[in-house]
Amino acid sequence: MSSKGYLLKESDLHPLSLGAALLGTGGGGNPYIGMLRTRELIRSGHEIRVIGLDSLPDDAFVGEVGGIGAPVVGIEKFEEGHECYHAVRAVEEAAGVRMSALISAEIGGSNSLEPIIAAAYAGLPVIDGDGMGRAFPEVQMTTFFIYGAPTAPGAIADEKGNVVVFRKVVDMFWLERFARDAAVAMGATAGLASAPMTMEFVRRTAVPGTVSEALRIGHTVLDARRDRRNVVEAVLKVTGGGLYFTGKITDVRRELTGGFARGHAILSGIDDFAGSEARIAIQNENLVLWVDGEPKVMVPDLIVNLDLDTGEPITTEVLRYGQRVAVLGLPVHPLMKTEKALAVVGPKAFGYPELAFVPIAAPPAPAQG
Amino acid sequence: MIRIGIDVGGTNTDAVVMDGARVLAGVKAATTADVMTGVVNALADVLKASGKAAADIDVVMIGTTHFTNAVVQRRDLARTAAVRLGLPATASLPPMVDWPEDLRDAIGNLSYLAHGGNEFDGRKISPLDEAELNAIADDIKAEGVNTIAITSVFSPVSDECEKQAAAIFEKAIPGAHITLSSEIGRIGLLERENAAIMNACLRDLSREVIEAFRGAIASAGIRGKFFLTQNDGTLMEAAFAEKFPVLTFASGPTNSMRGAAFLSGVKDAIVVDIGGTTSDVGSLQKGFPRQATVAVEVGGVRTNFRMPDVFSIGLGGGSHVIETDKGVKVGPTSVGYRIITEALIFGGNTLTTSDVVVAAGKYDLGDRAKVAHLSPELIAATEARIAAMLEDCVERSRLSPDPLPVIVVGGGSILVDKPIAGLELIKPDHFAVANAVGAAIAQVSGEVDRVYALAEIGRDAALADAKAQAVEAAVSAGAARDSIEIVDVEDVPLAYLPGNATRVRVKAVGELHVV
Repeated sequence: MSSKGYLLKESDLHPLSLGAALLGTGGGGNPYIGMLRTRELIRSGHEIRVIGLDSLPDDAFVGEVGGIGAPVVGIEKFEEGHECYHAVRAVEEAAGVRMSALISAEIGGSNSLEPIIAAAYAGLPVIDGDGMGRAFPEVQMTTFFIYGAPTAPGAIADEKGNVVVFRKVVDMFWLERFARDAAVAMGATAGLASAPMTMEFVRRTAVPGTVSEALRIGHTVLDARRDRRNVVEAVLKVTGGGLYFTGKITDVRRELTGGFARGHAILSGIDDFAGSEARIAIQNENLVLWVDGEPKVMVPDLIVNLDLDTGEPITTEVLRYGQRVAVLGLPVHPLMKTEKALAVVGPKAFGYPELAFVPIAAPPAPAQG
Repeated sequence: MIRIGIDVGGTNTDAVVMDGARVLAGVKAATTADVMTGVVNALADVLKASGKAAADIDVVMIGTTHFTNAVVQRRDLARTAAVRLGLPATASLPPMVDWPEDLRDAIGNLSYLAHGGNEFDGRKISPLDEAELNAIADDIKAEGVNTIAITSVFSPVSDECEKQAAAIFEKAIPGAHITLSSEIGRIGLLERENAAIMNACLRDLSREVIEAFRGAIASAGIRGKFFLTQNDGTLMEAAFAEKFPVLTFASGPTNSMRGAAFLSGVKDAIVVDIGGTTSDVGSLQKGFPRQATVAVEVGGVRTNFRMPDVFSIGLGGGSHVIETDKGVKVGPTSVGYRIITEALIFGGNTLTTSDVVVAAGKYDLGDRAKVAHLSPELIAATEARIAAMLEDCVERSRLSPDPLPVIVVGGGSILVDKPIAGLELIKPDHFAVANAVGAAIAQVSGEVDRVYALAEIGRDAALADAKAQAVEAAVSAGAARDSIEIVDVEDVPLAYLPGNATRVRVKAVGELHVV
């Protein structure tokens, strides 16, 4: 990519949102609404430029933004439009700096598009990268916060014109708590902007190239579908992931424990996996995959369920009995696998103290026969 | 109970008379441009064939593609004002934002955003503004429109805003046809709003069509009740269907798949329904069509109805057969219901798939002498092309390597006489009228979809409440109380929300109660 980057076209939006949904690993919210909002902006003449991590000087400021709330609320009470933009402006005002670019907190799901929309309003470019390389449920779970991004001033804005600025927040966990409570009070859809980061910091800590990666994945799925090629194989090839299970969902159990909506999906194997049983732990996103009792893929690596026929990513809230899915494991970026990162996004952080993180390595060997 | 099932397709109007589980007679009549004549003909034919008198008929069930086709073909649609309540929320996307332009234009492209709406927990987003709504009413009136669809944010949680706005519009525009989104859809604003708008723009047509059905049934001398089938294969009373025509969408494929399961006694299979113009392919699981997991589009508009996962190819008994330099082309164009005048075997001038099948000696229909001139090469090439098309769509709807049987139904089934993709072929008795059988055996359902705060009432109490409401909904829709079963329970905790907010959906289904 040249230092000027590239402009997003209307025809990029469907593949981008499809790729983002896949990287959402079952969560992250549906990007459909965000895709339409971005399309409306492009049609009304806004330019959206995606630039590389090498495009700006070290001392330029970058703003991290994302929607915060509940995904199911987001499909009903969707945005007025300027929520994230207002939050960014409030952060600039509180910090006394101007942003040179925006970056996504999470590329997975609907938050892939929020910074793009805010950037369109602000006339700023969007950086090709994000803070997760996937989706995670909480604010502190970004590479930026894990590697020491400032936690204040941050700001949250709603559709009604309310803007709350967090002047001083002692750590990222407090930011999550305050932002979450404010978001619920605001009706569970809001835009959150974090404190300005320097370009030098972002270059070191962002998961690079993820906007382009989502685009590439989306194009791969659509092309394979059009040419009637096997979508799952095409996705494996473009992501470097592995096929860890193919099965039919025989049960979905959801329960509330410790205030979190958790659950399990049970799958009975088909094709090469006939005779095996798999279990996927869910908390908004897919957390852990066990096959015949053995943990095979776990957070922060990506567990992606694809509809076996269409290759459409299946989000955790629509998992249901009888669906036939391919379960893919995709390796997360190395920045998410350090000791520091695992403390925040490893299996223990999600309530599985008995699991020591074992990264997925090369794709598993294809089954014989 | 003696019942008549009717399926009004684009090409044929099929009818059956059933006594309990027994099919007494099944007939096909051509669908007519005015719909009613075709239904009158089918009713007369089927009563005669069954040997039953009109007075013996307890109930008539009708499945129709009329409303789907009106949207798909953009005809007979009323100009409609779409009003959304929720400002300042949702301002980023106006109503009909993702509709095909020609459909939006066909209904007048008239939309308004106003204040009102609720939060997920029932709080108000902003107060309803009577002056604002009156100004909108004035504008709608000035446009000469009297059909309105009202959608309020979170109306499945509280329908108060939609009702208040409706009262204001009724006063300002007496006699206006108003559809409230809370009456037809579930959570998911754009999809529910789409359904409400489509429903509204079909209201004028639905009055005409339901009246035509009513007239046809009365003129046949039948006094029994009459129902329409909806997208999940269950029934709604005619008066209800007149208000909610959108609920008939996709009832055709559901009926033919349910009918195929009933007639063959096979519960797990792939069903190929070959009509005059298209073939619908889907899979049966435990006697019910597999539901689509992604949003289903109707006429290019996204909805969140639960629809059978069916896809269509342009192959039917009336499909054009055209010789080209690259071989024989079959479909997707078709003579449709004009097959009885345009196909060669009926003295017409257009070569169709039915002509080829008759020429090959596979089926006896029309005048075989009229296709005697077709070359064996053309016949072989056409048959090979049809086989390849069917094999492709069956392979696509196969969800496992298990050797599921293929049930072939529909009037165009004459195109098939050997296994598709190497799978067992079942052509049940009465295959040509499976969709009418599906309509005749339809049950009655009641559904609830709402959010409970489990911190307040607990999961068991919430599920019990939802089940009781679903049962009551089924009873008021006409189900016999002691036959009602809960067929679907789904509770999804809503992440991040306080009070353990959980969305509960329950569906109850029972046999039709006939007095």
